[in-house]
Amino acid sequence: MLPSTFQSLLFYVFSAILIFAALRVITAQNPVHAALFLVLAFCTSAGIWIQLEAEFLGIALVLVYVGAVMVLFLFVVMMLDINLLKLREGFWSHLPMGALVAFLLVSEMALILSGSYFDLLAMPKPDAAPVGYSNTKELGRLLYTDYVYPFELAAVILLVAIVAAIALTLRRRKHAKSIDPAWQAGVRKEDRVRVVTMPSEVEQPSALVTTEAEQKTAEVRP
Amino acid sequence: MIEALLTYPQAWLGAWWDPVFSVVWTVLKIMAIVAPLMICVAYLTLWERKMIGFMQGRIGPNRTTFFGIGVLGGWAQPIADGLKLLAKEIIVPTGASRFLFILGPIMAIMPALAAWAVVPFTPELVLANVDASLLYIMAMTSLGVYGVIIAGWASNSKYAFLGALRSAAQIVSYEIAMGFALVGVLMAAQSLNLVDIVKSQQGNVGVFNWFWIPLFPLFVTYLIAGVAEINRAPFDVAEGESEIVAGFHVEYSGMTFAVFFLAEYANMILIGALTSLMFLGGWLSPFPQSWPLLGQASFGWLILKMFFVVSLFIWFRATFPRYRYDQIMRLGWKVFIPVTLIWVAVLGAWMQTSFWIWWS
Repeated sequence: MLPSTFQSLLFYVFSAILIFAALRVITAQNPVHAALFLVLAFCTSAGIWIQLEAEFLGIALVLVYVGAVMVLFLFVVMMLDINLLKLREGFWSHLPMGALVAFLLVSEMALILSGSYFDLLAMPKPDAAPVGYSNTKELGRLLYTDYVYPFELAAVILLVAIVAAIALTLRRRKHAKSIDPAWQAGVRKEDRVRVVTMPSEVEQPSALVTTEAEQKTAEVRP
Repeated sequence: MIEALLTYPQAWLGAWWDPVFSVVWTVLKIMAIVAPLMICVAYLTLWERKMIGFMQGRIGPNRTTFFGIGVLGGWAQPIADGLKLLAKEIIVPTGASRFLFILGPIMAIMPALAAWAVVPFTPELVLANVDASLLYIMAMTSLGVYGVIIAGWASNSKYAFLGALRSAAQIVSYEIAMGFALVGVLMAAQSLNLVDIVKSQQGNVGVFNWFWIPLFPLFVTYLIAGVAEINRAPFDVAEGESEIVAGFHVEYSGMTFAVFFLAEYANMILIGALTSLMFLGGWLSPFPQSWPLLGQASFGWLILKMFFVVSLFIWFRATFPRYRYDQIMRLGWKVFIPVTLIWVAVLGAWMQTSFWIWWS
């Protein structure tokens, strides 16, 4: 059966890739492969969001999660030394607990999604956006007017998290030989170079003894 | 005649004709952008070698010609290089992740080419004039790091891995400063659309209407962060020949290496185009509009500006020694991010006063 329109064909293609990628995230044996499948899942869901005319959210998903969060994630995962055989030990003993959690999750989702709240009739198709409607502008307007308080609050919480993370990891090492670049760049000529003024000397092989007056002029300037 | 040719597929595809036709038409348009771009990339490598040659008192490549014509000495060099790389064997190291090893260079060049979809060449000549094109560009350039990371990890080599780690940390750090520089641009232009950003730089006094004057700190930050973002000297610690051989692409040979090379130069041209569009007035003329021919906006100005910015990158490479890694991090986090943050605040205040004269 062919989907009726090009848009729905695109939707099915994206959904199939998304489901495949999401399944591979949990079934891939190598954690780096799993993380890369998560990247694929993010990219395809961004595509679906753009199809829903939520282009700001779609692009922000790629920008924030794929471009920054997953890069740092991969950064950590790549450095792990993982013994795959050891990881697979105890699969059967963990299975009942895992199955229980999975069952709870699926039943919770089924309860919500099969109810009448999410019926197609309860969720009518939204009106088409007017010409010149900017998703980004509208989101910005809402964030800085109606939702400015929760928005600023979330920003402050994130800032606290950043400060806390830096405070926990920052430590001065006693024996580190690192040099402060500002100090390095601020070095002046006077600190390093001494200019000595003295009369030019003509080498006289016989006169090895210098007079007192000559010694005085050759004295180093402070 | 063309219409007659099209009737048969139109009847056969029925309702599917429109989407299929638009896909084919878009692919043709993409080819029309990518093919000249690839030629530019090839000849940019020649220009780089020539220019650094001039700066170091050498001649640069001047032997390879077409059909033995002496005047064209050097002009066939990029084509000869390409043929040589095509003919070389691609060696996949033992223990490498084969699929990801091949995917690495593809992931490097994909964003470098995909970002061109929203780059306008003139007000009308743009593949996709989307509303949030600046955001799209940011998203695409942030994907570029995956090529380096995947290549470094899949090579199963310590040097490649070190290069990948360095590159990941560096690009994530400089992206923040780059993003803040773009925030300043979108504040000044009041739009995320690249066409509108260029149009808001239009005025009667040419070069003084462009955003590089009110956004000067952001302009400098963007230019330098751009060099760091494309892993070029003096920020090329991901390759760092003197420390980690060739960094992330140490195990690559032949065409797989060439694709990394193409991606770097395509990114160079992309950053050049974006800098010209956002800070240097894009296709607008540097001369007052009242001047007869020179005052007109045209595609040629954009090309000239891109050439100027790209030549700056080459000049940097010939001039500066490579940054030490901790100095790179310090510059990104402790200099650029505060500078851009402060300037965004200054800009916000400035735009509320009557001293803001950059809109006509």
